[in-house]
This record gives sequence, structure tokens and C-alpha cells, in this order.
Amino acid sequence: MAVDASLSGRTFPPTPPYVVSRERIVEFAAATGSTYDGGAAPATFPIVVAFAAMTGLMEDPSVGISLHRVVHGEQRFTYTRPVVAGDELSATLTVDSLRQIGGADIIGTRSEIVDGDGRPVCTAFATLVHRGEDR
Amino acid sequence: MSGWTAGDALPEQTYTVTRADLVRYAGASGDLNPIHWSDRVATSVGLPGVIAHGMFTLALAARALDTWAGATGRVLELGCKFTKPVVVPDDDTGAEVTVRGTVKQVTDDGVHVALEVTCGDEKVLGAPRAVLRA
Repeated sequence: MAVDASLSGRTFPPTPPYVVSRERIVEFAAATGSTYDGGAAPATFPIVVAFAAMTGLMEDPSVGISLHRVVHGEQRFTYTRPVVAGDELSATLTVDSLRQIGGADIIGTRSEIVDGDGRPVCTAFATLVHRGEDR
Repeated sequence: MSGWTAGDALPEQTYTVTRADLVRYAGASGDLNPIHWSDRVATSVGLPGVIAHGMFTLALAARALDTWAGATGRVLELGCKFTKPVVVPDDDTGAEVTVRGTVKQVTDDGVHVALEVTCGDEKVLGAPRAVLRA
């Protein structure tokens, strides 16, 4: 089943605040062999929050996505500032574009990630490829 | 690092990726998709075996950027397409991922770096690129 065309332009509710502890950054940095000097978290750390926003989209029954057919096609981040310990991050996902190519839905998403004061931290753009049933 | 110049080839970084790294990354990132830890599930969806999370590979590119910049927190922009999977065998050797970078231009926005991320002879990320604060 193709994803409904009305999905394009839709904005989903913000994800619950994610409190970035020092331990979570240490864990993430260690998992990727990155350096953590007590300052900036590794650049890809915000994927944790962006992933929660994407899960919200994919698990929304009104959207019609089958989770096991989704492939992460593309990811891009633009940063206003690095993530640091003590941040309370929340992501709000908007579907920027929706195209059908060869039976697959190509879903362009943008998650605006803000801190506890609502100030921008980073924008995560993800392209999700939702494969059709016939393939 | 300061004094970035367009055309600079940045020192190649090579990282080893083992199954243990993937398990650790799954926990740290919250991405528990079994194709990143179960051969049974990976092969059932047509993959040759367990593959690294695309975001894990992109994190290695970010790690190289920190090394080149000589500091963390310098990345202003980072992105790629996930084109080829990094297959990680269930042994002690794992897979080797190499990150190369070239300074494309230095502008008021920052230092634009074109990356190349390979495993074996294959480019595993499509058009990976970054902008660093100079």
C-alpha cells in the first residue's frame, strides 16, 4: 500500500523531552570511538532524538507505513550549535516531500531539534524509502 | 587545525568495525533493528549478513572530521546517502572502513569538505560531505 498523498506537508507532535546526560554522550562517543572532552557531543548524536521523531511517523497508524519495508536512504544535519550535556532536546518532524518511484514511497522528512527553551540546536533531514509490496 | 586551503587532502583515517561495535552502537543510539545484529534476520531480508547501521558509518566520518579539525564541536553541516551496506562478519577481524577528505572550498560559511567513505573497494556512502567551522 502506498503512503497517502496527504502526508506531504504534515507536521507531527514534538517528541517528549530527551535529557542529554553526560553518561549518554560518553556511551555514544565510546560506541563510535569518538572523543568526548566534556564539551560537544559527537556530531551524529542528535540522531537519537531524530530517530524518535521518525519512529513516531512510522508507527502512526494513519500514515500506513510498514516498518520492515523502510530503508534509511539519506541523512543530513545542519547545526546551530553542538549538543552538550544538560540539554533537553525535542524534535518536531515535518514531511517535506513525498514521491513515488518504482513502487516505492520516497519520504523526505525534516526534524527541527530544539532545546528546553525552544531554541534551535540542529535540523535533521532524513529521506526514508518505503518499498512497495510487490518487490 | 587552522589554515585550511582548497585542494588539501586530509589524512586518511581507517577504522575497524566488529559485531561488538554494532551491539554497542545499537544500545547507545536506540536503533535496535535486528539486521544490525542477527544474521538470521539480515539474510531473511536479502542481505549478505549483518550490516553496520548507516548512521554508525556516518558517525565514523564525523570522527574523522573531529580528528582533522583537532577539536570536537566544529561540524556545521554533515550529510550523505546510504548507498552500499558495510557487511560486518562474525569474527575478531571485523570490517575496515576508510574515511578520506578533501577541502573543496573555504568560504565565510566555513570549510567545505568532500568525503569518501569506503569498505574494501566500495564507496559505502553516497556524496558524503561536511562543512566545518574554520
